[in-house]
Amino acid sequence: MALSKEELVEFIYQLVLKAQGKKQLKAMDLQKAVLKEHPDQDKTMVKFAIKELIDTGRCVYTYFGGSFVEIPHEEGAAKH
Amino acid sequence: MSDTPLLDKLETGPWPSFVKDLKRAAARKPAAKDLLRQLDRSYKDKITHWKHGGIVGVLGYGSGIIGRYSDLPDEFPGVEHFHTVRVNQPSGWFYTTKALRDLCDIWDRHGSSILNVHGSTGDMVFLGTTTDELEPCFAELTAKGWDLGGSGSAMRTPSCCLGKARCEYACYDTMDLCYQLTQEFQFDMHRPSFPYKYKIKCSGCPNDCVASVARADLSVIGVWKDDIRIDQAAVKAYAGGELKPRGGGSPYAKLDVKADVTDLCPTACMKYDGGKLTIDNKNCNHCMHCISLMPQALRIGTETGATLLQGSHAPILEGAQMSWVIVPFMPMEAPYDEIKELIAAIHEWWSENGKNRERVGELMLRLGMRSFFKAVGLEPPAQTVRTPRANPFFFWHAEDFEAEAAGRKYIKL
Repeated sequence: MALSKEELVEFIYQLVLKAQGKKQLKAMDLQKAVLKEHPDQDKTMVKFAIKELIDTGRCVYTYFGGSFVEIPHEEGAAKH
Repeated sequence: MSDTPLLDKLETGPWPSFVKDLKRAAARKPAAKDLLRQLDRSYKDKITHWKHGGIVGVLGYGSGIIGRYSDLPDEFPGVEHFHTVRVNQPSGWFYTTKALRDLCDIWDRHGSSILNVHGSTGDMVFLGTTTDELEPCFAELTAKGWDLGGSGSAMRTPSCCLGKARCEYACYDTMDLCYQLTQEFQFDMHRPSFPYKYKIKCSGCPNDCVASVARADLSVIGVWKDDIRIDQAAVKAYAGGELKPRGGGSPYAKLDVKADVTDLCPTACMKYDGGKLTIDNKNCNHCMHCISLMPQALRIGTETGATLLQGSHAPILEGAQMSWVIVPFMPMEAPYDEIKELIAAIHEWWSENGKNRERVGELMLRLGMRSFFKAVGLEPPAQTVRTPRANPFFFWHAEDFEAEAAGRKYIKL
């Protein structure tokens, strides 16, 4: 069964949170993970759920040879 | 003693040196000074001292900022952070002088003042700023109507030749298409969700001034379906030397229409009997050689549109790959629904099947053209070449020079 917008945002956040430090997830990995659990979920809703996570600062995009969605963390490369 | 002895040598050559310009910038900007010092150190160590990527960006965007750090921050504190900001260029790279002054002033306030106009993707590239200057810089840019371009695993900023703005060969309005595609795919430009980068370049004619066939995942190249228009009186004027070849842009004063034009036609579809030029248009492959040499005598046809090619990329290990024809002819008129729908279908197939860092051309190679055409709903066209030329550069052979020395005339390209 498809998730509501709020449930979907939280579902994706939990995916990113659980993967943090273990695996870097791309936006498409998140979409595939959502569709595996909820095959009738609208793909556009997944895109906008990721957008909400980014716009609210709960997640950030990172680039390490490819673009990933991650939990905000201290920039390892920067000297503070 | 100078801080940059190796770079100083580059100033002694006969050509203008970037070192000279950077030294001017270094007089006002510590970042430019340390940029030179770190580069000199890299020449000495024979290794880069840059680290690339990371987490930096502006809120809401996953593209447009490329994190860059020195791995010797204590030695070169001015380039401890040296992030790049990509600014979405206007279609055809037309700016007013005021717009350029605005952009330069913003970058003077928030960055190193060093610009690259333009990067190979097409964006205006601002080189070198710190993390805390990114948001203020972005705010000033957007207040002036500018936006960031694409980077990372995203739709890259589409680019185009100047098209109908200045060129009579343009078979469609490249600037309009580029703008419309940029607007259509804003979400995908700013929020990376693809397996890897996706570049679109729009050329108005087969001369392909933006080199889309070698540099873009999707090349949109203007072409015509009907006959090349011939002005026989102008052909005679070229043959008689009254009109200069290539609009005066060649070293030759007079054109030998047979030797320089018809004998060099790659499909041998042209004939010139000394009085009349004829073209077997159904065998013309639209190479533009004849039209470019005699622009006042030959003109593109009137039924115009574009050929779509897909798949070019230049991976380091496998080498360069030219793109394949996927749609031989598509009318290219606003609102461009057909091409927009096709691009969306390509993205869907690629995102579904592509591995991390796999370009769409590599996926086409891995899964095959049959899979690609079926997935995006296209009929396989006869014009798809199984193995396009792998090298985007043309190399002259010794025999070409010998033939020229023996009397065969070439118009120098």
